[in-house]
Amino acid sequence: MNYIFHFGAVFHDFDILLAGALVTLRLSAIAMAFGLIIGTICALGKLTGPLPIRWLIGCYVELIRNTPFLVQIFFVFFGLPPLGIRFDANEAAAIAMTVNVGAYATEIIRAGIESISEGQLEAGAALGLSGFQIFRFIVFFPALKAIFPALSSQFILLMLGSSVAATIAADELTEAANNIESRTFRSIEVYAIATGMYLAMSLGLNMVFAWLYHWLFGEPTGQGENR
Amino acid sequence: MIHHMGTSDFIFMLQSVQWTLLLSIIAFSGGGIGGAIIALVRVSGDRTSRYLTSGYIRFFQGTPLLMQLFLVFFGAPIIGFQIDALAAASLGLILNTAAFLGEIWWSCIETVPTGQWEAAEALGLRYPVKMRMVILPQAIKIGIPPTVGFLVQLIKSTSLASIIGFTELTRAGQIVNNSTFQPYLIFSIVGLLYFALCWPISILGARLERRSATPTSRVSVQGAQQLLAGPTI
Repeated sequence: MNYIFHFGAVFHDFDILLAGALVTLRLSAIAMAFGLIIGTICALGKLTGPLPIRWLIGCYVELIRNTPFLVQIFFVFFGLPPLGIRFDANEAAAIAMTVNVGAYATEIIRAGIESISEGQLEAGAALGLSGFQIFRFIVFFPALKAIFPALSSQFILLMLGSSVAATIAADELTEAANNIESRTFRSIEVYAIATGMYLAMSLGLNMVFAWLYHWLFGEPTGQGENR
Repeated sequence: MIHHMGTSDFIFMLQSVQWTLLLSIIAFSGGGIGGAIIALVRVSGDRTSRYLTSGYIRFFQGTPLLMQLFLVFFGAPIIGFQIDALAAASLGLILNTAAFLGEIWWSCIETVPTGQWEAAEALGLRYPVKMRMVILPQAIKIGIPPTVGFLVQLIKSTSLASIIGFTELTRAGQIVNNSTFQPYLIFSIVGLLYFALCWPISILGARLERRSATPTSRVSVQGAQQLLAGPTI
């Protein structure tokens, strides 16, 4: 092994990587926010809607969960413009990520709502609570607690998966690394540093979510411990 | 030269499915061996090997698969191996799969109730016998549904091999698209081919999960305990 590592060339452009990391986090946050809205609507639709609605939502969830994210992002970025729907790379990445995470969120939220037992709802009704009050006080908070760990790991998966958006040149972290690589030819150094940044982001987010869980629900998740 | 997508293009995409399948099989067999080693070491090893295995899992679950593939692809020549896209994709996917299966199988072994370990201990079974005869048969039963579920994730992950230039299904779609420019049609077909591969496995996984969630065995254990404890009033 007589390769000489030159990390200097990469650190010279470290601000580009940092800007890319910020775009990665921003894309993931936007996609997660809208994905949660889609997920909540679809979960409620799947549990309470009429048969055609349930069937449509089922198709959406199964189609997304059984095809690669890479193909979904190609479909949005290359497939839709000939039909007259145009996005720039970042918009296409955000839309593909939203549609993707929406399907996973649907399943997670549905499982959360189903985890509330019938007896709890009946007890709420017996206390004379309205439908909205039952949702607010009996379904929402315990369900949120049940699904919080799954949603937070879904967010980290989304953030890591967004590296694929570099193939359509959305300017997130992997694309920033690709740019530096094509200018300096320091491939292994650039990708090693970018990998370290992803690792730092996922471990950092893991800690933030564990802290948030503790703050919201007052007990440790056990996540991050002993793993 | 732009032409309309024809039968030969479709057959080209259909044939590339075999490369997606081959990559999945390589990654699953190699990653399965690695995962089994990781799970067993993590259960039985000393402190150092526990830290090493959980560090390995943390790294591969905490970084993008695409970055892992890049590191293998660009890193191998540095340590003196000239590897092609298939070898790089295979190695990257094997290392990644080993981390995920190691984590899944480790937690399955941990799920086997402590009483089972103690019972095997009380019978004076040596460690390898205890694992083979008592713990693993139960852990494997618990582990099958999540392993089948992971298989879907693995098949989808092989699409990233296209980015380092290996012609599997996704890259075949890109190639056809470059000469026909009918992206809407072509990526729909590519998506549907993946769907045809993954959906049956998803259904199988969900069915297995539902079956294992039916706690018939636990009910009978409770019944037996009640019988032993005598009637409760």
